[in-house]
Amino acid sequence: MSSYHLDHLQYLETEAIHIMREVAAEFERPAILFSGGKDSICILRLAEKAFRPAEIPMPFLNVETGHEFPELIEFRDRRAKQLGAKLIVRTVDEAFAKGLATPTPGQISRNQLQIPVLLGAIEEFRFDCCIGGARRDEEKARAKERFFSFRDAFGQWDPKNQRPEIWNLYNARLNQGENMRVFPLSNWTEMDVWEYIQREKLEVPNIYFSHTRECFRRGGQWLPVPPPHTDTTKPDPYAGARPSAKEPIKSMVCRVRTIADMISTGMIESPADTVSDIIREVAAARVTERGTRADDKASEAAMEDRKKAGYF
Amino acid sequence: MPHTQHPIELLRFNTCGSVDDGKSTLIGRLLYDSKSIMEDQLEALERSADITGGGQINLANLTDGLRAEREQGITIDVAYRYFATPRRKFIVADTPGHVQYTRNMVTGASTANLSIVLVDARQGVIEQTRRHTYLAALLGIPHLVIAVNKMDLVDWSEDRFTEIRDEIEGFLPKLDAFKDVKFIPMSALNGDNVVDVSQHTPWYCGPTLLGHLETVHIASDWNLSGLRFPVQWVNRPNNPTDKELHDFRGLSGQIASGIVKVGQKIMVLPSGMKSTVKDIWTFDGSIKEAFCPQSVTLVLEHDLDISRGDMLVGLDHLPGMSNELRGRVCWMNLRPLQPGRKYFLKHATQTVQAIVTNLDTRINIETLDPEPGPTELAVNDIGEIRLRTAKPVVFDGYGNNRLTGSFILIEQGTNATVAAGMLYPPTELVKPEYNDFAI
Repeated sequence: MSSYHLDHLQYLETEAIHIMREVAAEFERPAILFSGGKDSICILRLAEKAFRPAEIPMPFLNVETGHEFPELIEFRDRRAKQLGAKLIVRTVDEAFAKGLATPTPGQISRNQLQIPVLLGAIEEFRFDCCIGGARRDEEKARAKERFFSFRDAFGQWDPKNQRPEIWNLYNARLNQGENMRVFPLSNWTEMDVWEYIQREKLEVPNIYFSHTRECFRRGGQWLPVPPPHTDTTKPDPYAGARPSAKEPIKSMVCRVRTIADMISTGMIESPADTVSDIIREVAAARVTERGTRADDKASEAAMEDRKKAGYF
Repeated sequence: MPHTQHPIELLRFNTCGSVDDGKSTLIGRLLYDSKSIMEDQLEALERSADITGGGQINLANLTDGLRAEREQGITIDVAYRYFATPRRKFIVADTPGHVQYTRNMVTGASTANLSIVLVDARQGVIEQTRRHTYLAALLGIPHLVIAVNKMDLVDWSEDRFTEIRDEIEGFLPKLDAFKDVKFIPMSALNGDNVVDVSQHTPWYCGPTLLGHLETVHIASDWNLSGLRFPVQWVNRPNNPTDKELHDFRGLSGQIASGIVKVGQKIMVLPSGMKSTVKDIWTFDGSIKEAFCPQSVTLVLEHDLDISRGDMLVGLDHLPGMSNELRGRVCWMNLRPLQPGRKYFLKHATQTVQAIVTNLDTRINIETLDPEPGPTELAVNDIGEIRLRTAKPVVFDGYGNNRLTGSFILIEQGTNATVAAGMLYPPTELVKPEYNDFAI
């Protein structure tokens, strides 16, 4: 093998850097969606690789459901500060207050409600492009999505009418009110993400590593027991998401494989407490990453439906 | 995962064929037999088999992810799949073969190392086979596999296989494109010669499909001769507190071909100004040389006026530069291409206005011959056109350089991507002494 040769991670990296720079060059007001999860951690490293020694020329944006793991929020804020970036946070609760969104009766999960909040933030800051960490290997509908995913003025994805994407020539042109979502990690797999985290020695929130946590069984998942309801002047944000008498609590040695919020993230039993352990675990895994996501189990086309409505 | 001593290579391939050739089944089979399908995916398959498949698992459901696709039993858009063996990682583009086949094929195959064209052994070579093979050749895909599928339905007949191979070999010389072409008899449905060697084809002594995908030589697929560096983004930290950063002016981009070294003389086009590479800056530290397709930031000795869309080139192997371009286009829009219309042309990192000055020919897909005098190109048509651009374009022939020889056309107003274009080699190259007085 010649010395002028890239291995698969270097190849994926250069492809992603190219895409990040296209965004910086072609859009007027781009943003990076940064949740503190493992995929967006890779996105930030790619942003450093694409834009240093200059500042990263776009702010970070995160949409909170209000049910986040505190470890994730702490990490997100710290990482944004380290990188000297502006972090914009918009929440479902604010959207309720402003009338941008209304709670769905009988629905505890606020996953769907992130959509109007995200679209609201895009409008508020007039973002013309949001970079996200979604990967095509995650889910069947995502397997069909382009790097540059065009959204109409309502934020909708039309899977039947996508722009052809040829060579590395991305068509970034938009009309007023239209929007682009860009996914530099499209070609990465879960394994690639962890191998990249290892190679780049990236810090990840400690909930990815094995720890002891109280969980309960619901819908075929081990869900974390939410934090106690202390501020009784307000309604319990986790009402309905707490274990009932029929759902015994178990103390588990566990970690998360993929993070949504506390209500829709299943914990997996695992002793993995280093990135190498996690890589071994992913290599041996017999279920997909999203097998632990309650939000995808709603129906066979759950992701497709959310994306059409403007989801990440 | 065991730490591997050798770097793992990435092979990108696409599958194409007409409706019901079994593309999705083939990919499903590759994933299934290489143990790349997870239990929850299998459970979902089994669930949908009970509902829609009369109890039999449908491997095509692994790739047909959209609701409309499952409802209609067809594949609508290019789907990407990922799997790995200990030798290689694979990116698979499943490119559907109906309606928007040119658009899908071009999208799925433009970055591929290898194309798999499926042929139904019962039907033999049909128009789609020619079209897909022609498109693979046109797109400059180095490696081709003709998967003669459904061999079980022709009683594993060697004669039938040979007949199909001979017919395709009959028109391959006309395309003059591939580094290698492999014919493999198989049954994707039953798994013969996909991952495991078939017991039904004792007369076939070649590799299985996966065996071929794991070993086909791809290391030389990237172009390492003649530096082309399209400037993508100018990196100016403008940091008032850090003297070094204050003066930093880097040119960021992905090397489209060749190798760049510190100390190397380069020319900036279209201006023709020359300078020397002072530093190759990366986040992981400065490096002495970089090569295609790395993404780097170059710092030059001289502070020249350079912006996005300019191209840095090495002084050997100079490119062409012109306002007048000739090439072949795949037309991908329902509104036909008509001469005289204006489009945006995106080439490398530059977007310019362009007018189609002439529509020379339309390719007859039956004979693969260009036919002169068409009035328009309809969707899925391929033709030879001439363009005039508002600014000069620095380019190479597509056959030499996929990244500086390609362009897309964007419709003004709708912003739809309407064509994929491949340029003919320049008739005249930039001269080394061009603008020698500048520095």
